[in-house]
Amino acid sequence: MRWDFASVFANTDALLAGAAGTLRIFAICLVLGLSLGLVVGLGRYARNPWLYWPSSAFVEFFRNTPVLVQILWFYFALPILLPFSISPLAAASLGISLNSAAFSAEIYRGGIQSIDRGQWDGARAIGMSWAQAMRRIILPQALKRMTPALTNRAIEIFKMSTLASTVAYVELLQQGKLIASLNFNPIEAYTAVAVIFFVFLWPLVQFTYLLERRLRRDE
Amino acid sequence: MTLLKVENLAKRFGSNAVLRGLSLAVARGERIAILGASGSGKSTLLRCLNFMEMPDAGSVTLDGQMIGRRESELVKVRQRIGMVFQQFNLFPHMTAVGNVMEGLRTVRRFGKAEARARAEKELARVGLADKAETYPAHLSGGQKQRVAIARALAMDPELLLFDEPTSALDPELVGEVLTAIRSLAEEGRTMLLVTHELGFAYHVATRVIFLADGTIHEQGTPDEVLKYPKKERTQSFLARHKEFSL
Amino acid sequence: MTYRWDFTPVFANWTLLAEGLLNTLKVTGTALSCGLVLGLVLALMRLSWHRLASWPAGFVIELFRTTPPLVQLFWCFFALPLLVGIEMTPFMAAAVTFSIQSAAFFAEVFRAGIQSVERGQWDGARAIGMTQAQAMRRIVLPQAVKRMIPAFMERAIELMKTTTLVATISYADLLFAANEVSQKTFRPLETYTVVALVYFAVIFLASLLARRLELRLARSGESTVH
Repeated sequence: MRWDFASVFANTDALLAGAAGTLRIFAICLVLGLSLGLVVGLGRYARNPWLYWPSSAFVEFFRNTPVLVQILWFYFALPILLPFSISPLAAASLGISLNSAAFSAEIYRGGIQSIDRGQWDGARAIGMSWAQAMRRIILPQALKRMTPALTNRAIEIFKMSTLASTVAYVELLQQGKLIASLNFNPIEAYTAVAVIFFVFLWPLVQFTYLLERRLRRDE
Repeated sequence: MTLLKVENLAKRFGSNAVLRGLSLAVARGERIAILGASGSGKSTLLRCLNFMEMPDAGSVTLDGQMIGRRESELVKVRQRIGMVFQQFNLFPHMTAVGNVMEGLRTVRRFGKAEARARAEKELARVGLADKAETYPAHLSGGQKQRVAIARALAMDPELLLFDEPTSALDPELVGEVLTAIRSLAEEGRTMLLVTHELGFAYHVATRVIFLADGTIHEQGTPDEVLKYPKKERTQSFLARHKEFSL
Repeated sequence: MTYRWDFTPVFANWTLLAEGLLNTLKVTGTALSCGLVLGLVLALMRLSWHRLASWPAGFVIELFRTTPPLVQLFWCFFALPLLVGIEMTPFMAAAVTFSIQSAAFFAEVFRAGIQSVERGQWDGARAIGMTQAQAMRRIVLPQAVKRMIPAFMERAIELMKTTTLVATISYADLLFAANEVSQKTFRPLETYTVVALVYFAVIFLASLLARRLELRLARSGESTVH
């Protein structure tokens, strides 16, 4: 079996373009997903039914539908209702971000709920408003506990970036497909893509383990 | 006749030397109470005897045969030595009778009926025949410990090790467990008992050992150690436990 | 401009969609059962003291957790057949990929479950002369499995969503059927909306059942030894 990695290396520029695409969509979805997630998570935590039910519906819907279905819906279905088309990047970003927002909403809610009620008492007793208490006392403590789960989410988002290849967005897997079809070397091409992802993600995963261990020790 | 001989037992955890060259001989029918401050190595000593902890140095000889380190041998040794834990360690997914039967079925390969009959007998012996089908979650602490004793007895051990059997119990439940242990004593069983119940130790033990700094600091008859201790550390230990009146 | 919704062409092709749903369940079921068995094996290997067992197991687990599922699927479908000379149908590639992937996750669930059983249970078992294997089989695993059921159900539901990836290698699952029907009827909006709702219905129901079961388990009481 003659391995032909030469052709893979010859296409480094294609892979670099792919990596850039992966990082771009990762950044977009990470920011959008985690910040929208915070808003929705607070909505889930609220006692006001006008906030609670819509956020719950959002979370239930986007957690219980596959991301790929959402991406394809945004790419094929939504444009029918709009006067403009939706780019692959937009469709994939929408799908992944909304999905991640739903998952991170639950992480936020769980984290906030895990903070002892006494902390609220302490904050309110010195005259803080709900928003001040949340911002200065509750969230900072909660964020510490949520970091492992949120980092896990980030890792999942990174892996989900490959789904954008189904709508032909230029990211790593898409480039892998391109190289494989041009050079007839799927083994080398897809192995290279897998290795690149592994190299990116393994340190992140190890970092999560470290965070979890540190958290368990402090608690 | 010596049942158990311990020579120069040593065990350290990290930088902490818990047992330092401890030697002991236990004759058949002896009942030895082991006392000492926390951290003096009482539990570690017991756990080294059935090799639940591996000693760093020293030897343990049971009935003339030195115990090796191989798991296949240790598994058989543990059938001959029974252990009762402070935290009971009952199996929560089995009923009381199931717990007592487990060793007979899985380790001794008894048939189901035979194991059950024997298990029921042991439960009756500790006064819990009516709780046979009850799960540990629905038993009181004292009842759980008695089931644990029945479980150990079912294996027909030549030697019984009690590791602070009543320390985790509410005061009003301690009595029923001590009664059970006392009846075993009256049968003439050989036992080592790590306990803080000094009154019980005084009445049941044939020998009392006080551990300090990982070795035997003082030993003798209950009168010699508990009533008229010679060494200063023994005296101060007993003074601290004055609430347990003799 | 108002769009005239028309679901009838979609429903006219309901057999295609139904077949797709069946195939989705087929892949999920296969991957789940193989993954459970393989996951237990991997977990026991990971926990063993023999490095010949724990390192390869650890490597497989890490590999499948740090690479995207779609990359794994493509590698399995396009690269693996050339490497080992076997013909891979889309179903086979899907089954293999998702079985090993689930196994990697289940292995971690098993490991956490086994490690969550307190040391005292091992002590109790060994004190009556049980070997490690007997203690694991009779005492530790039964208790661990009960605690792991929520995590397993969570992963099973995840799996139902992940299997949509098989549409990319032309396996006729529900999403692939959606593609087909949408192209046939020129009604992507209605088709994809219907399919999204079908997925939601199935998965939401499954997660409700899972939550009900979890509550029932919690209520039946985690028997504690103390």
